[in-house]
Amino acid sequence: MINKLLTLRNIRRIYAGFSFLLFVLLLWAATFRSLKGYETPLFLELDPLAAAASFLTSRTVYKGLGLSLVVIISTLFLGRFFCSWICPMGILNQVAGSILNKFRAADSVALNSYRPLYRLKYYLLAAMLAIAALGGLQSGLIDPIAMITRSFTVSIFPAVNQSGGGLYLKQPLFHGGTLIGIIFLAVIFANRLLPRFWCRAICPLGALLGLLSFRPVLGIWRDVERCTDCKKCLAHCHGGCDPHASLRITECHVCMNCVEDCPEGAMHFGLPASASAAHLPVDLNRRRLVESALIGSVMFPVMRSSIASGTTPRHEVIRPPGALSEGDFLRRCLKCGECMKICPTNAIQPALLEAGFEGIWTPMLINRIGYCEYNCVLCGRVCPTGAITPLTLEKKLGKGENREPVKIGTAFYDRGRCLPWAMNIDCIVCEEMCPTSPKAIWFETVEVRGREGKVKLLKRPFVDPKLCIGCGICENKCPVRDQAAVRVTSIGESRSSVNQMILKL
Amino acid sequence: MLRTAATCGLAAAAGVWGYAFYSKEPVRKSDAKIFTFRDYRTADVKVYPQLAVVHGKDAEKMVRAAVDKIGGISRFINPGEKVLIKPNVAWDRQPEQAANTNPLVVAAVVKLCMEARASEVWVTDIPVNDAVRSFSRSGIEEAVKRAGGKVRIATGNDFASTDLKGEALGVWPVSRFYHQADKLINLPIVKHHSLSKCTMAMKNLYGSLGGQRNRLHQDINTAIADLASAIRPTFTVLDATRVLMRNGPTGGNISDVYAGDTVIAGTDIVALESYGLKFLDLKSADIPFIQKAEKRGLGISDLNALNIAEFNV
Repeated sequence: MINKLLTLRNIRRIYAGFSFLLFVLLLWAATFRSLKGYETPLFLELDPLAAAASFLTSRTVYKGLGLSLVVIISTLFLGRFFCSWICPMGILNQVAGSILNKFRAADSVALNSYRPLYRLKYYLLAAMLAIAALGGLQSGLIDPIAMITRSFTVSIFPAVNQSGGGLYLKQPLFHGGTLIGIIFLAVIFANRLLPRFWCRAICPLGALLGLLSFRPVLGIWRDVERCTDCKKCLAHCHGGCDPHASLRITECHVCMNCVEDCPEGAMHFGLPASASAAHLPVDLNRRRLVESALIGSVMFPVMRSSIASGTTPRHEVIRPPGALSEGDFLRRCLKCGECMKICPTNAIQPALLEAGFEGIWTPMLINRIGYCEYNCVLCGRVCPTGAITPLTLEKKLGKGENREPVKIGTAFYDRGRCLPWAMNIDCIVCEEMCPTSPKAIWFETVEVRGREGKVKLLKRPFVDPKLCIGCGICENKCPVRDQAAVRVTSIGESRSSVNQMILKL
Repeated sequence: MLRTAATCGLAAAAGVWGYAFYSKEPVRKSDAKIFTFRDYRTADVKVYPQLAVVHGKDAEKMVRAAVDKIGGISRFINPGEKVLIKPNVAWDRQPEQAANTNPLVVAAVVKLCMEARASEVWVTDIPVNDAVRSFSRSGIEEAVKRAGGKVRIATGNDFASTDLKGEALGVWPVSRFYHQADKLINLPIVKHHSLSKCTMAMKNLYGSLGGQRNRLHQDINTAIADLASAIRPTFTVLDATRVLMRNGPTGGNISDVYAGDTVIAGTDIVALESYGLKFLDLKSADIPFIQKAEKRGLGISDLNALNIAEFNV
């Protein structure tokens, strides 16, 4: 009984279920209350593409990204097993694909046969690595782990909460969250046309792992003497790797389905036998490959010659505390959204085009939604690539001798909208909220004469640029609800040497 | 025949639908109930002092002694009642920074209520900073759990439109817990505040409101007096174990904190407020909202006219 249930296929299913659940739980646990010591970005750290691309951009393998070696080394021995055993995106695509095609009169042999379209992912990988080699990290746009982390953080979890899931205390809102949600749904529903469309045709991580599995020690082998050419091995093939003919080893996910499906026992996993059919190497058009790398290398200077946060400081691009200087930040940010998940005030938002095309979906603070909590350093703790370096509270707040606090921007008053300045109405909520000690917002008590000639005392607020850290709570709590009368812009941020205004602070 | 009958039936149903839902308004008016606050007070008993002022170092002992002096917990809480406790948990700050009520004071009051056999003891506030962080880092969540109470954080659906019937405050969203509880205990801390000069028992009631309460600053004295008129707690324990003297109400620097080592209990919110001013070197005549509250008959601010029991434990 147990032997019957404990087939290779079921073992893979158990691993896959466990991996997906672990991914969801770790991401869900990325909150102030549940973080504890959990390695929340574990799956991003296991991701060899994140490690490789960020290595190319900045010549370091940052901390946890070293874990990707586990995947790299085991892929060299076992092949591209990651895609169907560990990758949450792959597992979700597999489940979606099998559900969407279950009740459809489709020819599973045709659907699961290899197609030249599957070369596309290698070209995308080449383009991404070419950009990375020049110093731009764009792989996160289509890196499956970054993508599923971002999509769950920005659209799926908030949507579950909206439908009464009770995941959050307060409904999170995200800038352009619908777009990220639509892209994610499109990827999932692409399985309707072609099972595992994403994994087989688009995924650059799959391509990288495919290249790494060019000659694994253990693999799937077909015994030509037993094979009757019935093609039943294609019925549930994950990778579309032609197990019925010469197996395309770089496409094989080692899903074990062909081993289980073969009525003749002709397929086995392990070392090759004497009657085993040969494997086919990666199917690539070298000219296409060079062309796509060329596109990448042209794209990079194009991106660097447009107005973006990397070329000119952008006032609305306020990065989380601990973020590297903009150039280095863009070299390391995967756009995965871990920081957006953990931010307790929902202030960290995915940028659209505010930071330029290069900075799409990178984190920036929108103070009307949230603000940077004074005593909080969680975003740096979950960043897998160190784009936001981990800060201690002492470092962030500048406690101790000769220490400056980390500034992420500076607040400015819009005196045409500020109630005490524009309308002689008492307010100074901003001063009450200001978390620094002494407060960066101070006030002057003045005597003002109203329309009817009545004299009254009024407190009018000012910002002290020496003390302001740009946390944005003043903007967040300003009663002028639509566009606040006090607003933070990125000027004066500690991480930048150019985005400064005052000669001597 | 049958088909025609079915079509006629559908046409009739369409007519009925149009008639039944015909409206001159484009949207339906909300028929949500508008609540008012209940009076949480118990009958006034003259034999007890109006204020019990206790100096000492052990917060729990001080709270017990102070509450005993004004009649003991059984004067206020009957067995089986639901008690709501409102400390100040507005900020993501640590206990020694004195921005929030002392967790030991909160724990002591929770314990007293448990001893009085209250059916449920809830501790709530609507913090300015993130609620989870504020309750956790103020030490209050831990203290309440240990003492046997329950922290209730108001989320999106936990608000009910409530008429405060004030000069400045009309209908506001108020945390529902206030309408579910039988008794309300106010647990403020003494702090400096730039606009209202001080924040103590009356201003602590701000934390019952949801919505855009940052507009209250525009007429802060009337707003505070309105809150004190609308919400009449069963009794108040004023935490002056640590007093935030400057840079309030957020604080953040230990050098702004003064060890007051005092706990004051009473039912007269104006008297409590007036006594608390001593720690901030202020006089009740300087504080317009105390004047307003006294004029409205909410209490007595003249300390000489009050029966005050002051002692050490």
